[in-house]
Amino acid sequence: MAERKNGAVAEHLNAPAGEPILQVRGLVKHYPLTQGILFRKQVGAVKAVDGVDFDLGAGETLGIVGESGCGKSTVAKMLVNLERPTAGEIRYKGDDITKLSGRALKAVRRNIQMVFQDPYTSLNPRMTVGDIIGEPYEIHPEVAPKGDRRRQVQDLLDVVGLNPEYINRYPHQFSGGQRQRIGIARGLALRPEIIVADEPVSALDVSVQAQVINLMDRLQTEFALSYVFIAHDLSIVRHISDRVGVMYLGRIVETGRDAEIYDHPTHPYTQALLSAVPVPDPEAREHRERIILFGDVPSPANIPSGCRFRTRCWKAAERCAMEVPLLAVPAEFRYEAGPAAHDSACHFAEEKQVVPQEPVEPPGEPTDGSA
Amino acid sequence: MTDVLLEVRDLHVEFRTRDGVAKAVNGVTYSVDEGETLAVLGESGSGKSVTAQAVMGILDTPPGKITSGEILFKGQDLLKFKEEERRKVRGAQMAMIFQDALSSLNPVLSVGAQLGEMFTVHRGASRKEAKAKAIELMDRVRIPGAASRVGDYPHQFSGGMRQRIMIAMALALEPALIIADEPTTALDVTVQAQVMDLLAELQRELNMGLILITHDLGVVADVADRIAVMYAGRIVESAPVHDIYKAPAHPYTKGLLESIPRLDQKGRELYAIKGLPPNLMNIPPGCAFNPRCPMAQDVCRTDVPPLYEVTEAGADRVSACHFWRECLNG
Amino acid sequence: MPEPTPPEPTPPERPLPSMPPGPHLSGGGRAPEDGAIAATGMGGAMDLATQEADSLRKPLGGPDGSGPQDKPRSLWSDAWRDLRRNPVFIISGLVILFLIVISLWPSVIASGNPLKCDLAKSQEGSQPGHPFGYNGQGCDVYTRTVYGARVSVTVGVCATLGVAILGSVLGGLAGFFGGAWDAVLSRITDIFFAIPVVLGGLVLLSVVTSSTIWPVIGFMVLLGWPQISRIARGSVITTKQNDYVQAARALGASNSRMLLRHITPNAIAPVIVVATIALGTYISLEATLSFLGVGLKPPTVSWGIDISSASQYIRTAPHALLWPAGALAVTVLAFIMLGDAVRDALDPKLR
Repeated sequence: MAERKNGAVAEHLNAPAGEPILQVRGLVKHYPLTQGILFRKQVGAVKAVDGVDFDLGAGETLGIVGESGCGKSTVAKMLVNLERPTAGEIRYKGDDITKLSGRALKAVRRNIQMVFQDPYTSLNPRMTVGDIIGEPYEIHPEVAPKGDRRRQVQDLLDVVGLNPEYINRYPHQFSGGQRQRIGIARGLALRPEIIVADEPVSALDVSVQAQVINLMDRLQTEFALSYVFIAHDLSIVRHISDRVGVMYLGRIVETGRDAEIYDHPTHPYTQALLSAVPVPDPEAREHRERIILFGDVPSPANIPSGCRFRTRCWKAAERCAMEVPLLAVPAEFRYEAGPAAHDSACHFAEEKQVVPQEPVEPPGEPTDGSA
Repeated sequence: MTDVLLEVRDLHVEFRTRDGVAKAVNGVTYSVDEGETLAVLGESGSGKSVTAQAVMGILDTPPGKITSGEILFKGQDLLKFKEEERRKVRGAQMAMIFQDALSSLNPVLSVGAQLGEMFTVHRGASRKEAKAKAIELMDRVRIPGAASRVGDYPHQFSGGMRQRIMIAMALALEPALIIADEPTTALDVTVQAQVMDLLAELQRELNMGLILITHDLGVVADVADRIAVMYAGRIVESAPVHDIYKAPAHPYTKGLLESIPRLDQKGRELYAIKGLPPNLMNIPPGCAFNPRCPMAQDVCRTDVPPLYEVTEAGADRVSACHFWRECLNG
Repeated sequence: MPEPTPPEPTPPERPLPSMPPGPHLSGGGRAPEDGAIAATGMGGAMDLATQEADSLRKPLGGPDGSGPQDKPRSLWSDAWRDLRRNPVFIISGLVILFLIVISLWPSVIASGNPLKCDLAKSQEGSQPGHPFGYNGQGCDVYTRTVYGARVSVTVGVCATLGVAILGSVLGGLAGFFGGAWDAVLSRITDIFFAIPVVLGGLVLLSVVTSSTIWPVIGFMVLLGWPQISRIARGSVITTKQNDYVQAARALGASNSRMLLRHITPNAIAPVIVVATIALGTYISLEATLSFLGVGLKPPTVSWGIDISSASQYIRTAPHALLWPAGALAVTVLAFIMLGDAVRDALDPKLR
């Protein structure tokens, strides 16, 4: 493992096991704030994403968690080229895709697809399910010959667990969970290698959430997919992810394998976040330590100097206001191999267990699904 | 101390729509004691919010209609009250906190004015007194710099602060009962923890009854004393919180508990309750959960299960499952 | 896999993927695989029947979780179903249908010639064969009222079409592409909104010498398009933000595909509603302009001209004024009611 140098694009200490299929370096998205009617003068910028790096390995799931306004959805949009980054690179198999346009962009888009959050607005209400799932083939006619498309669409419906006969129905005739399956089928149509899922289950009911997560799990193996899974629900992210990045105010503050982040967090924000998650176990409530943060997230138009978390951090010292902490293995853990040795952007990183470690056995007999 | 504050008995609510009659609530029975927190747990369409609206007397009628049942508040049936009497109870005796604080606050009035209104309307306070009270309330829900922010408008506050203002408004007249409908669902986790803590603390302080309506099993485990689980407009299980998490006595509760991913363990494949919640226009005969239930037998498809007294694994609990004993043990 | 299976063993209502997928494909034009006959071996119709029987047996919104139970319904067909049940729509629709028929074939109900006048009969009242009486020029009011419908309807329809097309194309493109084009267009619409319609008509149309209806239509399009353009622009901007448009973009869809396939069908409803209501107002605007003498000119037969010429005899022969004015009012009302009914049917908030 190479040590990370300031500013240089170095190997990630927490690089995924395989060859990375996607490498993100220094990704930035600023939305200018302007004033004036005739002559627009830039008076500032909303720094939605402010320097994000990560790698995604083939067949891996990278979870990105953060609270609203941390920029995680903007990252998702840049990955699928719905937004152009202000700066930085997104390398797909080694080639930067941020500057592509026209035919080359279209070719890359085939391989990186997106699943949207809201199943009610992500499907065109005037189109039948068959047209919605078949649209990718119309845009990329080389993927499936015309006569074969209907069968392909029906296969996809079957793959996501919907009756293939519903090909002529309209979206409003389906429930939320079923619509999300349709959205997933559309994402799969072009056989992409990467799927970026932006809060794919947060609009669904608890009992339906599990169905959709299991479906995504199964599809990953079946189609050898890599996922970038973006969510605010830490439990779901742990369930599905191999590695996790925690975002705060436009930056990743801590990243590592799921056990490293959840069982050995070293960044105070991650610790606060984890300790705040309600655990479905009433026994835990008496002996759980909760870190209650003060105040609210600062505005991304006015990011604090130095460490951006310092305004809410109980450890904040003078150094935090002066010096931006780098996302790297903190000095105190650098020479020990162990779960605490993972990237954490804090000057005063230390291990702290916040998630109760003795898992209570789930009630009853474990069942392996219902069907 | 442990007097029954609110008792809902066999409540039925229907909605008449263009496409037919939706039976949103089909015989809900639950009770809240003074100082107790009852969590009403259910998915969308389970009737949990409609029941609360009926209790508050803010159900939209039409299309909604309470067809039968009783709502006893301090021993008196609210459904027999006149609208005028009902209004006096609302706000002063029971108050509600909604999920979306931004749309529940009037955007053109300052928060101080909205908080003060409670006192001028219900208590006949002067404007000056009302303002002082408003500041006091904002202090109480720990809004920093209350005195200087009393003239600010709702949009100038963050989501968490707005929810605090909603809580302040609900607490203004120190009601005996608070109904909180998904109070933290729209908030971020770190803010959610702040708001939930605040609510629990104030409840203890004022010894209020709290009905917490939610779909989040984690929030329930953190704050509730008792849980009532709703499905298709009925209570399917009700029990003290520790007992239900240890040993659920209804397959739906059990399925829900198993289907949530957990923070403290990397799960295998999640258990998923098969199928979808029923259409309220056409609830399956027998037990409404039978088409999705792994334990369903013939009797479940024909006979609506009554609320059985669960005599094992804890006291004071009921389950609407013909096979609650099997569910407890296996 | 947690995917639900039907709770009871039923006949295979859900074909396996390897099987030919049911009735929808029977006319699908796909080269059949081996065993192209449907799963039951009884062909599409039988399959459909079994399926229906199945869906009847199962409760609606049933528990098998495999899909919705009712037949495919598009939002347009839903809207149409609503409209058919709406008495306002039926009444206004019948009135409009009648108007269209008499403007195409006025001789069906009026056998006379609207230009044949007899000054001797000037201002005479109702008499057999001439139920509405005669106007100041001695022309038959009934015949002229019937023939006047053609001009009114033509002006209304043509002006509305022109306004709708011009306005929605300009507004839609501005809303979709935004930027400088949008800013310029918005300022231009502001300028047009500032022109008072009647005053503008008096000035612009008084210099035109043509006696056809086209200058009037042209004038209405010129002043009417900004209204539709604003609506279309707003509607496109709202629609553009929907995730399905983003999804199409993420798939690599071209601008024209996004506009035609995703935005237009979802953004067009408000345009249709406003245009239908505007149609009525254009008809009355034509009458207003003709009344003021700058719209249509004789020998064209139009309600506006008739109202104008009858107004001098209002004390002595009110019938000559009331009939064309009444016809005008009914027509305008019918279109506005139709617009209302269409809006109710298309309004997504009610859905």
